[in-house]
Amino acid sequence: MAKKWKVRAQLKGGVTTLKALITHPMETGLRKNKKTGKKVPPHYIQTLTVEHNGKSVLDADWGPAISANPYLSMKFKGAKKGDSVKISWVDNLGDNDSHTVKVR
Amino acid sequence: MKRRTLLKGSLSAGVAGVAVAAGLLTPQMVMAAWPKAAFDAKGIDGAVSSLLGSSKLASSSDISIKAPPIAENGAVVNIAVSTKLKNVSSISILVEKNAQPLTSSFNLASVTEPFIKTRVKVAKTSSIIAVVKSGGKLFSAKREVKVTIGGCGG
Repeated sequence: MAKKWKVRAQLKGGVTTLKALITHPMETGLRKNKKTGKKVPPHYIQTLTVEHNGKSVLDADWGPAISANPYLSMKFKGAKKGDSVKISWVDNLGDNDSHTVKVR
Repeated sequence: MKRRTLLKGSLSAGVAGVAVAAGLLTPQMVMAAWPKAAFDAKGIDGAVSSLLGSSKLASSSDISIKAPPIAENGAVVNIAVSTKLKNVSSISILVEKNAQPLTSSFNLASVTEPFIKTRVKVAKTSSIIAVVKSGGKLFSAKREVKVTIGGCGG
């Protein structure tokens, strides 16, 4: 199975930059399967949260128009090296996943 | 036979473990209800007013949108939104000509810098609109992205 997360949180000048690459198909529900002619059912991330030491710093709502294998970059203040940053998502089928990295 | 039952037993234990982990994750997820009406809206006004309560957008030069002027593949268009406005509580990214214009909305905490970078799908040549909520007011900026599907930069 492909690696599901690529996340990095880097501290520079008091600001932590988080970069995340998530493996997810992000199906819109409009695409058709060429062989069967049936529509591929929608499957996309709806909510995504980023937490720094358990406190939410970003709370995002996504629609199907976010590209497949989503990339997200954001910045926040107040973190120290070694702090934990947790990023988690829930999709429209109720699946969820989360990943924690250390600030460096 | 014994080996088979052993395998089955360990498998079901694994499944239970996942279920517990999922159960632990749920409460915090439930808090943020996904704004379905805003994502289903067919127009910019409808999407913005459903999401943020008002469709009054003041155009602002303090919002910068970084996007490629020509995108060869509309399925992956890099968009970065940042702003000099203070007290930013949310940033939303909309694509005007998409069937459902709202692509994403980000709620920022007070320690979060007003900066978001992500990749969106753009169906055809369209304006990208960034809506920033700052101090309870809505500001927006536009930027056009040309999508060339199989063309030669036309």
